[in-house]
Amino acid sequence: MIRFENIHKSYGHHEVLKGIDAEVEKGQVVCLIGASGSGKSTLLRCVNGLEDYQSGGIFVDEQKVDAHARSIHDIRTRVAMVFQRFNLFPHMTALENVMEGPVQVLRENKDEVRVRAEEHLRRVGLADKMDFYPSALSGGQQQRVAIARALAMRPEAILLDEPTSALDPEMVGEVLTVLRDLAEEHMTMLIVTHEIQFAREVANNVFFLDSGRIAEQGTAEEVLTRPQNERTQEFLRRVSHLM
Amino acid sequence: MSPLSERIQEYLPLLLTGLWRTVAVSLLALFLATALGLLWAMMRTSRNIWLERPARYIVEFLRGIPILVVLFYIYFVMPDMGIDLTAFQAGIIGLGLIYSCYIGETFRGGIEAVDRGQVEAAKSIGMRHGKMMRRIILPQAVRISLPPYGNNMVMLLKDSSQVSVISVAELTMQGKMLASSTFDNMTVFTMVAALYLCLTIPLNIVMRRVELKMGRSR
Ligand SMILES: Nc1ncnc2c1ncn2[C@@H]1O[C@H](COP(=O)(O)OP(=O)(O)O)[C@@H](O)[C@H]1O
Ligand SMILES: [Mg+2]
Repeated sequence: MIRFENIHKSYGHHEVLKGIDAEVEKGQVVCLIGASGSGKSTLLRCVNGLEDYQSGGIFVDEQKVDAHARSIHDIRTRVAMVFQRFNLFPHMTALENVMEGPVQVLRENKDEVRVRAEEHLRRVGLADKMDFYPSALSGGQQQRVAIARALAMRPEAILLDEPTSALDPEMVGEVLTVLRDLAEEHMTMLIVTHEIQFAREVANNVFFLDSGRIAEQGTAEEVLTRPQNERTQEFLRRVSHLM
Repeated sequence: MSPLSERIQEYLPLLLTGLWRTVAVSLLALFLATALGLLWAMMRTSRNIWLERPARYIVEFLRGIPILVVLFYIYFVMPDMGIDLTAFQAGIIGLGLIYSCYIGETFRGGIEAVDRGQVEAAKSIGMRHGKMMRRIILPQAVRISLPPYGNNMVMLLKDSSQVSVISVAELTMQGKMLASSTFDNMTVFTMVAALYLCLTIPLNIVMRRVELKMGRSR
């Protein structure tokens, strides 16, 4: 579904991704872990063309991602994204946020979209907040609206960049619950996260990124419970100390 | 001299025609300045240098010339190029052009102040640039730009007195003519000042209300 082939990416002279080879299969949940600055966000953002890459190829269902080509708009409607800081549209209500993409970009019928958008908001537990503006919602609620916004596009896959990192601890759970449900329904997801326990539960595969290289990848069990790579072991030790 | 109340009644009709013309010039110039200002701002924030550069040069160029010179240029020089304008039209164009620069910079500041995450969110749902500007960025930029835009409105209204130099008989011009024929400077110019305040004070109050309201819905 999403395939990385020898991806290289630099900012100026600073090489951030140093040859990434990996694949996210349809229906899989993949967690991307690694220290801050290892290139996780950059890798994710290359998939929907928010960043470009210098060499190699990213393929979404065999379609090559090119941030500068017209086709990027099409890829973005198929691969949704959820941001660390939610990035809801502040001048629109929760419902309007969710409807914006399907109505304005996919040009779907507004009434049908509304019905669907309400359903998505209900399912993330926000039935009573549909007409609220983002500023009136808590962080956890905003992130759930953002997930509903992503779902409303009926994407083939969702990219999530540390979806719980900007949340107060008591709100992390409600967002993870929503993601767990999506995982159970086999929504294809590539999730950057520091929630190792969560990754253990939901991830089919885990990629450990270390200074722009995938130092270790495998099933959640392999990477998180019996890591072979020294760097992975060290990283997991450090993260578990924080827990 | 006749009593003050009689003199006020005598001067008022003339000054009111001037006031009316001041309002007309200001409003029409404001429309022009807002439309052009929006255009400059969109061009200047575009990544295409063939849009960005010309807008930057036009704005810098116009801002480097005094209003009076722009007005003279439009009113006296344009006819030599075959473009005949009434003083009223020339006044609106000159004032509108000059203020399009200030308003354009105001809007540009607003656009640049919109959180980068908004651009990314809009892109990530597949929006193209034009729609993103229209639906996501500009509505937020306008809110941000509203207070400085309001200031520009008041300044434009006051600067509309400058068009008197090309003989548009607006409020200041009417006052000057009235004063020189009656020698009643004190009364006339006090009335002129009061009439300007009748416009600017309500304008300030309205702007403050709108700001509060906009601030709440965020
Ligand atoms: N826009 C940018 N310009 C220059 N360097 C950047 C930019 N974005 C990220 N970087 C650098 O790229 C590296 C990887 O960043 P990032 O992908 O955000 O890491 P992570 O998400 O794993 O913390 C970091 O060293 C960061 O400083
Ligand atoms: Mg990151």
